[in-house]
Amino acid sequence: MDTRKTIYMDHAATAATDPEVVEAMLPYFAEKFTNPATLYTPGRGNDEVIEAARETIAKVIKADPGEIYFTSGGTESDNWAVKGVALASEKKGRHIITSAIEHHAVLEPCEFLKKRGWDITVLGVSDTGLVDPADVEKAIRNDTVLVSVMHANNEIGTIEPIADIAKITRAKGVIFHCDAVQTIGKIPVDIKALGVDMASASAHKFYGPKGVGFAYIRKGTRVETFNHGGGQEAGRRAGTHNVPGIVGMAKAIELADARLGDGARLTSLAEMLWKGLVNSIPDMLRNSPQGNSLPGFLNIVVEGVEGEAMLLRLDGKGVCVSSGSACTTGSLEPSHVLLAIGLPAEVAHGSVRFTLGRENTEEDVKHVIKEFPKIVAVLRQMSPTYKPDCRKGGLPYAI
Amino acid sequence: MQYSKKVLEHFAEPHNVGTMDDADGVGEVGNAVCGDVMRIFIKVKDDRIDDIKFQTLGCGAAIATSSMVTDLAKGKTLDEAMTINRDNVATQLDGLPPVKMHCSNLAADALHAAIEDYRKKQAAKAG
Repeated sequence: MDTRKTIYMDHAATAATDPEVVEAMLPYFAEKFTNPATLYTPGRGNDEVIEAARETIAKVIKADPGEIYFTSGGTESDNWAVKGVALASEKKGRHIITSAIEHHAVLEPCEFLKKRGWDITVLGVSDTGLVDPADVEKAIRNDTVLVSVMHANNEIGTIEPIADIAKITRAKGVIFHCDAVQTIGKIPVDIKALGVDMASASAHKFYGPKGVGFAYIRKGTRVETFNHGGGQEAGRRAGTHNVPGIVGMAKAIELADARLGDGARLTSLAEMLWKGLVNSIPDMLRNSPQGNSLPGFLNIVVEGVEGEAMLLRLDGKGVCVSSGSACTTGSLEPSHVLLAIGLPAEVAHGSVRFTLGRENTEEDVKHVIKEFPKIVAVLRQMSPTYKPDCRKGGLPYAI
Repeated sequence: MQYSKKVLEHFAEPHNVGTMDDADGVGEVGNAVCGDVMRIFIKVKDDRIDDIKFQTLGCGAAIATSSMVTDLAKGKTLDEAMTINRDNVATQLDGLPPVKMHCSNLAADALHAAIEDYRKKQAAKAG
């Protein structure tokens, strides 16, 4: 039995809830359990707690509290934006623009609308995963009602030129939604400076609890109600408030905001990891663009090896990562993001994503630099497709 | 999705990994676009599989099934080896996750291809 500690390097998937956040949440389960909507004595105060949380979040992202709506997380916020805007703008038009590297929480609602008669334009990206604002401008038509582009990609970490896109959508009078699930709480996000009309966030990505998030909806943005029911969230998102979750999210964003400086450390750890690996593993490619990735992000492809096999072997060494291979996407296709940046399917199957976070140290990175090349060597020896002796150097495809 | 203990054991330390320069039969199935390629080499003596090696590009299930197939086939007559199928392999590994049954359970097919390759070569020799 390996007794060494687990090295968790999958922070883009989720993160452990901060103990301070857990502590802040605890009173709201059994002690202060009442519905914020009640008027009797024990219930008083929970409505104020909710509003205080809203103010905390608004302050961090530089929005007005009235523009923050609590949801069950990033997926709900994304669904609300895409379907809510589509329904509210049906009379204006039925055309939506998005990018090929969006999260499924945006792409699937678009697919849903497509089946019901909406026209969806899916913009391609550069080989580093960038959406070109000029492409957005060209794609906008008279019947375009929504542009949805993510702030940073969840697989490769590329940060998109959101403010530039927002200038275009604003000028054209088209609503712009930005999936900011990977950025809020990780890098400075000034929502007014970005200029978007809507944004999605999820608490568990910034060391908050799972099952809670929020939607930023700029004042005056026309979006249909998503959850119909009681009058919560100004009548726009019904459902009893998840009080412990909302309290936890506010605490988490406050703590994350105070620790944004840790991003520089995570960026240099990811660079250290890349340098260490590229020195000892031939025929490997980096997908996370240097200088324009989220802190702590390193997505690579290793030629001649399959991603899940590397993931499982790393797990055997106590290291938790993810992969964009077909086996790990739960379908027969490898990651749509890696295909969109131009990788052939046979190469995309060999991807590994390291996403470092708060608790990771130089020691952790050194451990991976020591173990991972051995794993690759063993799997390559087993592989019928990897033939280093036949190589003329370089990868067998253009990128 | 969870792998059985047996799958993980065969994945961590696969049996009969390697190539053969003087193989009597070679079978290859799958393709890299799908993420799985398996190649099986056999040495045949008195109509039995005397030695067997494999090379696999693929996920945990792909490697574990390859290892299991080589274990099952070693020492068997060619006709016996031809009866090994995907279901036997999965059962011997205490099951495979449903999603893996089709895409990554090609090892028995690679074995059959190797045997067929051997038989074809024999037939050509007998001419």
